[in-house]
Amino acid sequence: MSPVELQRGPEVARTIRRLAHEIVESNGGARNLVLVGLLTRGVPLAERLAAAIEAFEGLKPPVGRLDIGLYRDDLGQREHFPPVRPSDIPAGLDDATVVLVDDVLFTGRTVRAAMDAIMDFGRPARVRLAVMVDRGHRELPIRPDFVGRNIPTAPSQTVDVRLAEIDDEDAIYLMEGAERHGEH
Amino acid sequence: MVSIEPATPEAVTEEAPAPAGSSSAGAGPVWTSKDLLDTDVLSSEEIELVLETAEAMAEVRERPVGRVATLRGTTVVTLFYENSTRTRASFEIAAKALGADVINLAAAGSSVGKGESLIDTVRTIEAVGADILVMRHPSSGAAALAARHTEASVINGGDGAHAHPTQALLDLYTMRRHVGDLAGRKVVIVGDVLHSRVARSNLWALRAAGAQVTLCGPATLLPRSLRARAGYEGPGGCEVTSDLGEALLGADVVMALRIQRERQEQGLLPSLREYVRQYQITEERLARANPGALVMHPGPMNEGVEIATEVAHGLRSVVEEQVTNGVAVRMAILYLMATARRS
Repeated sequence: MSPVELQRGPEVARTIRRLAHEIVESNGGARNLVLVGLLTRGVPLAERLAAAIEAFEGLKPPVGRLDIGLYRDDLGQREHFPPVRPSDIPAGLDDATVVLVDDVLFTGRTVRAAMDAIMDFGRPARVRLAVMVDRGHRELPIRPDFVGRNIPTAPSQTVDVRLAEIDDEDAIYLMEGAERHGEH
Repeated sequence: MVSIEPATPEAVTEEAPAPAGSSSAGAGPVWTSKDLLDTDVLSSEEIELVLETAEAMAEVRERPVGRVATLRGTTVVTLFYENSTRTRASFEIAAKALGADVINLAAAGSSVGKGESLIDTVRTIEAVGADILVMRHPSSGAAALAARHTEASVINGGDGAHAHPTQALLDLYTMRRHVGDLAGRKVVIVGDVLHSRVARSNLWALRAAGAQVTLCGPATLLPRSLRARAGYEGPGGCEVTSDLGEALLGADVVMALRIQRERQEQGLLPSLREYVRQYQITEERLARANPGALVMHPGPMNEGVEIATEVAHGLRSVVEEQVTNGVAVRMAILYLMATARRS
């Protein structure tokens, strides 16, 4: 099966704007909000959400980046890991609402690792989860708070979210076989 | 004491040793080597991986809680047959910052004092469950010998005058933070090169990173094997000179090596005063280096001998930062080796 395009360009942008509205609505404004993107593709998504929030609230929430490499539960079960990279988390997480941002939610293991990681930086009042795509197949009791699209998939399939900052295009593809980047 | 020269002059014309186990499968390099015995077997990609991973480890150290639990269940044993403050402590802090268990063995306090052979000691350490063995020994080649007789991963924490790979990697990391890309940069290593495992491991690593290396010291303290490399452009190639003024000209990094006082008794130095007069790194002499050149020293320093006190603590000195960076670089190495072991 060749990749099936599920969304592209302006549709991706609209989905991000809707997610931004939902985040602000749920938080009762843009104050006390910190967006933390999970490396790699969660970071540009978090940046775009912050820009969208600034556009209609006049206040840009701080954006951080989080690498979960040191919190994985599968060290030794895979041949290859992406190199660990520095995280960059804004100061003052305590009592803030932290929204973790990732491209695809799959097993939930990355999010589990991200929750452990973020707690090493402080004690947020609340931690929420925003994802571009929820493709199902959770292995842990984790659910997203803000979802761009729910896409039912077979375990063998891959959802590929592509973002202009990294991939030169905005698009979401569904395809057969191993994923092209990251894992979720 | 076994003495192994790092490379014969003939070897200079041969190909560089093959990377110890880099793999380009998947995205980017992967660490696959069981041991880390010296920098001469590392490819530039593997060195890059260590330095990149060290950036992430440095960030961990800056957090409110400067540690993670990534290596819980991994046991790191440090086995030191020579005195060391910073290397042993640095490895211990690095291992604990990654959540590993650490057991420190000093040769005097272990069965080594009862005449247990190195191989027996290493096998015993493996049998009690060590995953990674960090070893320092006065004989060149001791870490390689240990590595051949154990399934545990061996990290050479310094063996005789042969190698000290983690020091070289932390030096490279420190230089990169200040100088950026090292390609074409001039690094001058000054002092007792003959007895220096730091100089040798730095030479291999710096060449892999593309730097130009000049070794400088009294002729009696420059090994013949390295003098034969003078002017050689390939891996391990370097300039060798006894003229410090010439060496410092245009230098981006100046690294002073520790002068052991006993070298005078061995007849290798006419006198310490003579050494100071010709080779001490002073502010005045540093004027010949590039503006902003870094001053480094692997420690412990003999202030007033190989390095003037005002230089040792001056604006160009990154000696303390070298120690701090040592923890991050050793965390990176422990993480990469432990991860490679598990998969």
